[in-house]
Amino acid sequence: MSRTVDISVHHVTRVEGHGNIRVRAVDGTIERIEWQVPEAPRFFEAMVRGQKWEDIQTIVSRICGICSVTHSFAAVKAIEDAMGIETSEQTEKLRVLTHYGEQMESHALHVGYLVAPDLLGVNSVVPLVETHPEAVKTVIRLHRLGNRWMEILAGRRTHPVSLRPGGFSMLPGEKQLREFKKELEAAVPDLQALAEFVLSVADRLPKFERPTEYIALVDPGQYTFYHGLIGSTDTEKPKPVREFESVVNEFVSPQSTAKWCKWHRDAYAVGALARFNLNAEHLLPLATTVAKQFGLEKGCCNPYMNNVAQLVEAVQVVEHGIQLIDELLTAGLKPERPKVKPRAGWGAGAVEAPRGILFHSYEFDAAGICRRANLTIPTNQNHANIQKDFEALVPQILDRSEDDIRLMLEMLVRAYDPCISCSTHYLDIEFV
Amino acid sequence: MSKPTVAIFDFACCEGCQLQIVNLEEELLDLISVVQPVEWREAMSDKADGDFDIAIVEGSITRPEDEDRVREIRKRCKILIALGACATFGGVNKLKNKFTMDDVRKCVYGDAADMPHLSTAPTKSVCEVVQVDYRVEGCPIDAGEFTYIVRCLAMGTDPVIPSYPVCVECKLRENVCRFEYGELCLGPVTRAGCNACCPSAGAWCFGCRGFVDDPNVNAAKDVLEKYGLTIEDLNSRMELFNYGQEPAENVKNG
Repeated sequence: MSRTVDISVHHVTRVEGHGNIRVRAVDGTIERIEWQVPEAPRFFEAMVRGQKWEDIQTIVSRICGICSVTHSFAAVKAIEDAMGIETSEQTEKLRVLTHYGEQMESHALHVGYLVAPDLLGVNSVVPLVETHPEAVKTVIRLHRLGNRWMEILAGRRTHPVSLRPGGFSMLPGEKQLREFKKELEAAVPDLQALAEFVLSVADRLPKFERPTEYIALVDPGQYTFYHGLIGSTDTEKPKPVREFESVVNEFVSPQSTAKWCKWHRDAYAVGALARFNLNAEHLLPLATTVAKQFGLEKGCCNPYMNNVAQLVEAVQVVEHGIQLIDELLTAGLKPERPKVKPRAGWGAGAVEAPRGILFHSYEFDAAGICRRANLTIPTNQNHANIQKDFEALVPQILDRSEDDIRLMLEMLVRAYDPCISCSTHYLDIEFV
Repeated sequence: MSKPTVAIFDFACCEGCQLQIVNLEEELLDLISVVQPVEWREAMSDKADGDFDIAIVEGSITRPEDEDRVREIRKRCKILIALGACATFGGVNKLKNKFTMDDVRKCVYGDAADMPHLSTAPTKSVCEVVQVDYRVEGCPIDAGEFTYIVRCLAMGTDPVIPSYPVCVECKLRENVCRFEYGELCLGPVTRAGCNACCPSAGAWCFGCRGFVDDPNVNAAKDVLEKYGLTIEDLNSRMELFNYGQEPAENVKNG
């Protein structure tokens, strides 16, 4: 019997930004499998030219509402690299702590609001308010915690205010930190409850594996989001951040004309699962326990497990956040105001966004005016890998109903937690 | 009475203003009890059929096809709310308009710049393309102000948005003036309503809520002069979120 599978998802829902899925197969022969991105490009690299060094992180923060702290830090680190600006140990610790707030907020939003509906067979979190009120309340509390975290340390929930080259424009009070530590401790039972809840429906996560190169920051002895070099599961030798352009290797694909990234293979993946695969041995005890609950181990190459890795990281940032606050309070917070004298130079910065490694680089003239910028965004780096996953997955599931295939592909896109409005380099294509 | 239907759409933006709606947390559940969301791509898989009562639109218009799309949305709704700086006056997206479109395409895409799907037009706000009934200012919006405006709408009253500058709120929070730190702050000419959140976190005001109505130019000039700064300095920083805005001229000529 002749069977045509024709799937066209216009604007995948419950992801940040716009993406389309197109699949067509006739009698088991695949004619086309495509992951497309019709997002309106915004041209940030062009827009920052002519702007002052001290305004750059304010502008590029607006690349993405969900990763605004990460974008600010990538810019701040690149500016510091370009101008030879030193930062204190206190600043470095506070930055790591601040950055954790965004991981918490983004992971809670993604796992709780965007992915959970798939695992429970509904269209959004709205019906879950009635059917699973306790789980929804837990997600809300954790999401709010992430927001409070950024508010206390970065001055605001979205688009941070106090993150500057050289340090912070405002420090939290010691009392504030002491009280916030209690909030973090109180969040542990919520994280455990969320893990139990996801575990109870984890059999809905498809079992699909494709050997993949994973890329993330690596820093000796740390499960790092902020410091370190560029590591890959395909090499023992990490690369300095300044050489990021030779890692991302952006190229125009002959079959899709979209810019893709590749290092050792024809595609690579970034994000929570990449960080886990490179750094899992440095997770703290509670986070390690949650990974074990799900049977998540180093070397996992099931992209759907990225959601589980995010859950593990949500635990890790709370656990390590508590330690960092202790260290900061023991040392005592010293008032510091960044003093920067701009100078000419080029610099690069890399930071782990919740959805993967992010690279910024800028060139400044002697007056500190930005002359050139290059930004490579995590979702951009995952693009080729999503396409490769599609190509491996579709033949395996072609005998299922169109609805099933569609759902599995949408879930795959969602698993990468794409942040498409971030993607400064996405080519904007609508295949018809 | 049936609940008014609401659809949320986005154009070129960071989706940070929608995120503020998500950030309402439990309050969002209260909101859903008085309005019926029928389409919200970022949070729901449902898509609206036909018309709806309220459209909330985030982002700027940067391509001709997006102009058509926002006009279509306008036709389908009774009330249109522009959400955030990108939608109300263009925000950072307007920095693109400082350059030719050829130049920005080449800068970002290099050799691939001439591909037809990369065409881009100068940024317009939603307000410049269709008639907008309510504006929620800011980058990002203030979640409290958003719920206030929705509440007013539900009660059939007109929201009152501050028509005084950020300095007023900043003084109430007893902050030391940013000019005292040798910084150029946009508080004197920017519309309040954010509770001076940036000066309160140790930074200057970035002007993300746009010019206040009839900015008090003489007062702004006095402040600038006192600290050895000029209106040109102020306009150059105001460019970040307000490139090409008319009131800049008013300040210059005042």
